[in-house]
Amino acid sequence: MASQAVQPAGQKRVMKKQTRTNLIAYSFIAPNFIGFAVFTLIPMAASIILAFCNWDGVHAVTFAGLDNFISLTSDRVFIAAFKNTIVYTVAVVPLTMVCALALAVLLNQKIHFRNFFRTVAFFPYVASLVAVAAVWNMIFSPSMGPVNMILSSLGVKNLPRWAAGKETAMLTVVLFSVWKNMGYYMVIFLAGLQGTSPQLEEAATLDGATRWQVFWHVVLPQLRPTTFFVTITLTIASFKVYDQMYMITQGGPGNATITLVYYIYNVAFVNTPKYGYASAIAMVLFALVLIVTIIQFRGSSSND
Amino acid sequence: MAAKEEKLHSKTTSNRIMMTIIYVVLILLAFLMLIPFVWMLSASLKLNKDVFAFPIEWIPSNPRWRNYVDIWTKIPLLTFIKNSAKLTIIVTLLQLFTSSFAAYAFAKLNFKGKNVLFLGYIATIAVPWQAYMVPQFMMMRSWHLNNTHLAIICLQAFSAFGVFLMKQFYEGVPDELCEAARIDGLSEYGIWMRIMLPLSKPALSTLTIFTFVNTWNDFLGPLIYLTKTELKTIQIGLRMFISQYSAEYGLIMAASIIALIPVLIIFLSLQKYFVQGVASTGIKG
Repeated sequence: MASQAVQPAGQKRVMKKQTRTNLIAYSFIAPNFIGFAVFTLIPMAASIILAFCNWDGVHAVTFAGLDNFISLTSDRVFIAAFKNTIVYTVAVVPLTMVCALALAVLLNQKIHFRNFFRTVAFFPYVASLVAVAAVWNMIFSPSMGPVNMILSSLGVKNLPRWAAGKETAMLTVVLFSVWKNMGYYMVIFLAGLQGTSPQLEEAATLDGATRWQVFWHVVLPQLRPTTFFVTITLTIASFKVYDQMYMITQGGPGNATITLVYYIYNVAFVNTPKYGYASAIAMVLFALVLIVTIIQFRGSSSND
Repeated sequence: MAAKEEKLHSKTTSNRIMMTIIYVVLILLAFLMLIPFVWMLSASLKLNKDVFAFPIEWIPSNPRWRNYVDIWTKIPLLTFIKNSAKLTIIVTLLQLFTSSFAAYAFAKLNFKGKNVLFLGYIATIAVPWQAYMVPQFMMMRSWHLNNTHLAIICLQAFSAFGVFLMKQFYEGVPDELCEAARIDGLSEYGIWMRIMLPLSKPALSTLTIFTFVNTWNDFLGPLIYLTKTELKTIQIGLRMFISQYSAEYGLIMAASIIALIPVLIIFLSLQKYFVQGVASTGIKG
């Protein structure tokens, strides 16, 4: 009798305790989540809807079905922007990875001034893009810049026109990006290297493996999760590239360096705004990111 | 015996050669990374006509300190810096508080809807802001938030990245610590404040560096939202100056140096926690 009476009361207390924990937990999450939901989740959902509409910000919104996406297929600027975004990504991802990994391996050795070198390598990443782009524009100025001065004093005849040349504009931006961002990925690789086992390396060295063999067959396989993460992050970061172009080439010459985000900005915020059309381009960007993310999920689950 | 000694000897020699090569490569790389900044500093102390003189005069014989005086009157630099400082400090504080607060619940409390809510964060972490900036702008405009600093704060202060980073770190803190504190009568808020926050210096430093740097250097956000000169940030102001006075090389470089200083200070003062922070928060995946 007595125990029967106690049990429901105990259950009630458990439930009450759980409700209390829930409320406390929500109070922890609320300050961030409310901001996150209002300023990220809602616009994200709206973006998908808007891609199927026409709107200039003044007149009423009209449903457009797939019109925006059909227009994209014959839009020459969009096609150029899409192509440039892919070209930029394909160039930047492997170059940055190799440089960052090499730097990380070098700076993981027991050497003097290690922290100084690490700081120096990371600094371009934290430096203001506007400021460093201004220096690059001056250093790579086709007519007066020190880079072309040095090339010309070395006897190079056809001096590259860098940001002003149709063929070299993308190369200039790619070089700039690698220089600016490799320090960040170096830090991630350094963090990954902290998790590799020195005993394995020692054992391999004792067995007579050269440094290169140790790196290739012992260190690199252990770094696989890090390498994977860096590839994905770098790819997504490259898809959304915009400000580098804005500051170094202004998307030109012609449309040689216009990118998807650059085009979104132009369509939505320059001249007569076409918000629906801009959102349709954003969906293409979103699709690219989604594909890479799915590959990441596949890859990381096969890793386990 | 002798052969062994010889082998050992040759090994140390080859090691020494290897180390020399490493140092040479590193010094070359350090040059490559630093030269643009050295050039910037050097040009900021020159007359326009001397900036491109070749061969490069690295240390100007007649340093023109006036550039650093003139720049403040040429553009409202002080206003830009004040705006950037205000936005950066508010965003960083909000980000640190809300992220670590939410992360505590995700890492240490069991509650209804935990997985769904966290999935909401994770699913959006890879989506670039540029993909939804257009509807976000229209939403803010309909609330009359364009041309206000509040818009930039709302935009930057609640990131999924911050919550994720802090949660990863908190999961490494043993549950027994929280349990013991609960038995001692600390509330959950007390545990967060007295135990978690002091333990998470590396993660907080990492998040501070990222948020500070991102907000201070942000370009596209202020470009879209802030069109009034008195509201503009240092990056927009600097860019405006560069396109208006494109031949004022000395002044452009002087202003650029000034724009770099705050980030340099923050970074150098927090960098000892940095690699440790990245390693322990699992940004590496």
